[in-house]
Amino acid sequence: MKTIKGKQSVEFDHPPYIAGWASVVADKEGKGPLGNRFDQVIEDPLFGEDTWEKAEGRFMKQAAMLAIQKAGLSTSDIRYVFAGDLLEQNTATSYGLKDLDLPLFGLFGACSTVGEALSLASMTVAGGFADQVLATASSHIGTAEKQFRFPLEYGNQRPLSATWTVTGAGGFIVSKQKSPIKVRGITTGKIVDYGMKDPMNMGACMAPAAAQVIYQHFQDYSTSPKDYDAIYTGDLGEVGKQILIRLLDENGYDISKVHGDCGLEVYENEKQDTHSGGSGCACSAVVLSAMLIRKLLNGEWNRILFVPTGALMSKTSFNEGESVTGIAHAILLEREEESWNM
Amino acid sequence: MKKEPSKQEYNQMVEEMTPKHSCIKNCGKAFLVGGLFCVLGEAMKQLMMNYWDISKKDALLFVTIELVLLSVILTGFNLYGKITKFGGAGGLVPITGFANSVASPAIEYQKEGQVFGIGVKIFTIAGPVILYGIISAFIAGVIYLTAVQWGWIG
Repeated sequence: MKTIKGKQSVEFDHPPYIAGWASVVADKEGKGPLGNRFDQVIEDPLFGEDTWEKAEGRFMKQAAMLAIQKAGLSTSDIRYVFAGDLLEQNTATSYGLKDLDLPLFGLFGACSTVGEALSLASMTVAGGFADQVLATASSHIGTAEKQFRFPLEYGNQRPLSATWTVTGAGGFIVSKQKSPIKVRGITTGKIVDYGMKDPMNMGACMAPAAAQVIYQHFQDYSTSPKDYDAIYTGDLGEVGKQILIRLLDENGYDISKVHGDCGLEVYENEKQDTHSGGSGCACSAVVLSAMLIRKLLNGEWNRILFVPTGALMSKTSFNEGESVTGIAHAILLEREEESWNM
Repeated sequence: MKKEPSKQEYNQMVEEMTPKHSCIKNCGKAFLVGGLFCVLGEAMKQLMMNYWDISKKDALLFVTIELVLLSVILTGFNLYGKITKFGGAGGLVPITGFANSVASPAIEYQKEGQVFGIGVKIFTIAGPVILYGIISAFIAGVIYLTAVQWGWIG
């Protein structure tokens, strides 16, 4: 089949479309540079629930419902859901989406989950297994800090390389029905381990995975950075961004002119005290919805590579002295050539 | 990729590219914040001894209790974290930091119940300090006792 491309990529001969997209975030993100671009800003970080876990589930459900609504569909039109979060046993996904009453594939790709979800959703639609598929991912500062670090009220000093988990969720409807944005192809990432052990420097842990998948994408598609209007990684932050550019530069690809990082778009790092930038599954998901897709829509960009990045680790693996491995998935998004009245 | 750095080279590269807190500046801030807690404790002691006729021994005990109470209240209002963010070890090392490390899990895990939440997790941060504090005290005690027996001291 000609959809198989190179070593790790797929190029769809009948590309699926992104028919609906939505982002729901909390107050801190709402005060960031993208504040008025998000579909909904929920001031209460608990979203009216009584625990952080339930709150995160609510964020995900809200993003899912909004995406379905914006695609002009109803819940019963969705055939499959690909969803995931950062928590053990995908707590937020399981409890957040149970009322949607839809067939679910629960995923874990750490902060790269939205890339994994979009990849699988696109293949499912392109393969003819469904007409409308929902891809969604969420994260929450309350649940993430509790699970991976310390209680929120505990006083400690965060290193400058640390990132801030985005509270929110992004939802996307991948569809057969035509829309201005299409998923041209995907490049699926491998687990990359450069022996990094500092979970407070996630950017450095994930940058090699991003470099590997972007490099492989160029190889598989026989393209170079100038063929893209933008290449956006998920949550590498300041530190990871520099490392990624250097790693690819050493391999003959200079992406410095087109590279951006979702983690650097969510907050004003200096003012909002977020150190190296935003992170979490929601980080890349909400930036894709609120910023990247919008720039494709208004014609500023025509072709972008969206590369959410994840650090595959658990508290147990860290305590047992294992290194923090990384993974990244690339999604090639294109603007449909025909003119659209939006 | 065609050209990949070895793990060692990569670690070195990351080390070079990662910004760090300035150690000297942090030490200064820690000295200031830690010192202020001590000044506060001393002022409370003097106040109790000179104005309320409390013995020195009792006053010291009360100072400890009052500082712990102050820290727990600040933790409850999510303010202690701000002090530590600025003061680093100056906020972590004094007894107020210890109180914060006990109070914060109690707040966070309250939702998981009295037994499996608060009961099991209240010492997740302070536990190691208690365990190894007691072990160190025991070892120091044995050394002291031996030294006295052999006539090296006192």
